[in-house]
Amino acid sequence: MVALQSDPIRLERVLDGLAADGDGAVAVFLGTVRDRNAGRPVVGLTYHAWPEMALAELGKIEAQACASHGASTVRIVHRTGDLDVGEISVAIAVASAHRAQAFDACRFAIETLKRTVPIWKKERYADGSAAWIEGS
Amino acid sequence: MEIHVLYFAALAERTGCRSEVVEVGPQATVAVLWSLLESRHPALVGLPYRPAAACDRTWTDWDASLDGVREVAFVPPVSGG
Repeated sequence: MVALQSDPIRLERVLDGLAADGDGAVAVFLGTVRDRNAGRPVVGLTYHAWPEMALAELGKIEAQACASHGASTVRIVHRTGDLDVGEISVAIAVASAHRAQAFDACRFAIETLKRTVPIWKKERYADGSAAWIEGS
Repeated sequence: MEIHVLYFAALAERTGCRSEVVEVGPQATVAVLWSLLESRHPALVGLPYRPAAACDRTWTDWDASLDGVREVAFVPPVSGG
């Protein structure tokens, strides 16, 4: 399951019903909004997505995490819109039979997401200015 | 032929629009279209990167022909996560 949402991400909802009886491990990655970047105070982020293509690329990651990294179930939820410091920007949860595959698939998912999924963040700074981040 | 052009994030800000319709000649490529867009929107000139392009929702090389293409999207380097 992959999704974009403008509402806050609730981890318990991402995890609900994720692991099946044959799964012995669940790995979770949460991206959160940091209060600074490159030494500059950040008060929040705005995420903008190309929804159709972002969901398509997230779907590819989900499929590949299962086919090539041993995941049995993958869920990826990415926020859009305005986020405050401390909020969850992305949640990735992976269930698998054993922990090695869960960690591996989870790492694969976040690293690939950051390279391929058409979502962009704009940093909002304490002095009122803002800047798009291009590339990760 | 008419091409529906989409812009995202910083590119939308630079052009002041998220989409527009542009007329291109019969032998146009993605690169030819981009040159046309640069002349329409001076803020697109001198970007520190070459945007990725998607023709009808498929990632496409800049030398690809626009023959039969209806939509071209230009996207800055992604920064999700």
